[in-house]
Amino acid sequence: MTLHELKKLLDAEVLIGEDQLDMDVNTAFVADLMSDVLAFATAGSLLITGLTNPQVVRTADVLDIAAIIMGRGKLPSQETFQLAEELNIPILTTKYILFEIAGRLYAKGIRGCIEKVGSK
Amino acid sequence: MDEKPLYEGSFTVVGGNFDNAGEVSTNIKSILKKIGLSKDVVRKAALVAYESEINIVSYARKGMIRLRVVPDCIMIEAIDEGQGIPDIEQAMQPGFSTANQKIREMGFGAGMGLCNIRSFSDIFQISSEIGKGTHLKMIIKANNNVIQ
Repeated sequence: MTLHELKKLLDAEVLIGEDQLDMDVNTAFVADLMSDVLAFATAGSLLITGLTNPQVVRTADVLDIAAIIMGRGKLPSQETFQLAEELNIPILTTKYILFEIAGRLYAKGIRGCIEKVGSK
Repeated sequence: MDEKPLYEGSFTVVGGNFDNAGEVSTNIKSILKKIGLSKDVVRKAALVAYESEINIVSYARKGMIRLRVVPDCIMIEAIDEGQGIPDIEQAMQPGFSTANQKIREMGFGAGMGLCNIRSFSDIFQISSEIGKGTHLKMIIKANNNVIQ
C-alpha cells in the first residue's frame, strides 16, 4: 500500500512527507513505548503511535521506519515537527484510534512487522 | 583491535536534557552511514547508542558516548557520572525500572533499555559504582561489510 492510499483509507492529514506519498509499505508496528519499538520494529515498517514527542522521530530515524502515523487526533509538538522535517521522516495524523488504524490497515493487507515476540 | 580506526570520536551527553535526547545517536548513525557499513549494522549500532544516550539523559548528571570504528567492528562506550546502579543483575531484568514520570512520558522507562542494548550487541560489558557512575561497553560486529 502506498502512503497515498493509506492517507485516504485513514482520512489522515499529511504533516510531513507530501513528496513521499508514493512510498510503498507492507508492515507496521503499534506502540506507545519506544523501547518496545526499538526491540521489535523492523526497517521500512510504519510506526503507529499516540506519542508526539521528539523521541518518536528519533526512534523512527534509528530504525529506518518508513513513516509515523499519529492516532487519536494527536499532533506533533513543535520540536517533533522540526526534527521530522530535518530528518525527512513522513508524519501523518488521523482521528482514528490505534485499534481502528491497525484494523483498517490489516484489512487491506498490511501485516505486523513480527507476528509474535520471539518469532522473527 | 590495533587496526587504524576508520573513525574515532566522543560525544558529550547532558543529563536531564530531554529535548535533545537522541541527538548524539542521530549523529553517530550518519557517521556510520558515511563510512559505508551495511544498513543492518548501522541500525543495530544506532539503536545501542540511542538506548545508552537515553539512559545517560534519564539517570546521570552528564556523560559521554565514545565511538570507535575499525573494519571488523563498531565499539560504543557509554560512560556517565551519575548515581550508579546498586544491583546490576536486577537492572538487567526486563521490566525492572526506577524511571520517573518525565522519562515515561518520552516513551521510555519501562525497564527494557539495558536488555535491548545487550540483545543488539555482539559483546556487552557493564560496570557501575554507586555515587560515581556507570560504564557500558558494546561491540557490534561489522561482518566485513565495510566498503572501502
